Amino acid sequence: MIGLSHYLIVSAALFSLGILGLLTRRNAVNVLMSIELILNSANVNLVAFSRFGAGNLDGQVFAVFVIVVAAAEVAVALAIVLTMYRLRRTPNLDDADILKG
Amino acid sequence: MTAADYVFWVFAIVTIVSGAVVVFARSLIYSAFALLFTFFGVAGLYVLLGADFLAATQLLVYVGGILVLLLFGVMLTHRIYDLDLQTEKTQIWSGFFVAVGIFVILVTIALKTEWPTAALAPAPTTAGIGRLFLGEYLLAFEAASVLLLVALIGAAMIVRRKKDA
Repeated sequence: MIGLSHYLIVSAALFSLGILGLLTRRNAVNVLMSIELILNSANVNLVAFSRFGAGNLDGQVFAVFVIVVAAAEVAVALAIVLTMYRLRRTPNLDDADILKG
Repeated sequence: MTAADYVFWVFAIVTIVSGAVVVFARSLIYSAFALLFTFFGVAGLYVLLGADFLAATQLLVYVGGILVLLLFGVMLTHRIYDLDLQTEKTQIWSGFFVAVGIFVILVTIALKTEWPTAALAPAPTTAGIGRLFLGEYLLAFEAASVLLLVALIGAAMIVRRKKDA
């Protein structure tokens, strides 16, 4: 029988993969993909708790808000990445060190 | 195991394996297309959890919007004929230990805690979500719409070339 903990473990695996990509990748677009993995894992948790724990729809409403913020975030972040690429000719995050003292 | 259990395992494996491809693939294009399957797997998990509206939203917004945007990002920040888009990795071992540590902690919590087992009977959720949006969460709903407008204008402002201004 599939219970709440199964969904939590799938979500934990997705979250850890996202953290791993966030820490090890140097390409800005790839880091954005890892952030999307993390947000999706949080959404799976919210929906699973909405189904098994609370017994109401509040968790799903929160998940919709997470999707809204993810859409806004990826649009602005890609604009920044494109501007950085135009200025420095590289999508590599380690090269974006103009503000480093 | 019932049929629903098999379907859960299929979607869980699709989600995690393609998520691993996103992180470990050496080519950015492979990562982007693996992300497609991750989003589909998560949408399948939503369906199994009885969240029909959210599964449709996941497909529309993530697959139809965010993934296309990310593909544009891949294409615009690399030469398009450069099919073998290598991405460098850094601090592999420390990142690996942090990720494994977080995974172990989360799985331990998920297994040790006594979770409630009573599941809601699956029912259509769209009407309920709509009532919550325009009732209890009206302020957050309006704030989200302002946030989207600000993000729209901000993204257009940031990528604008200065000489066109």
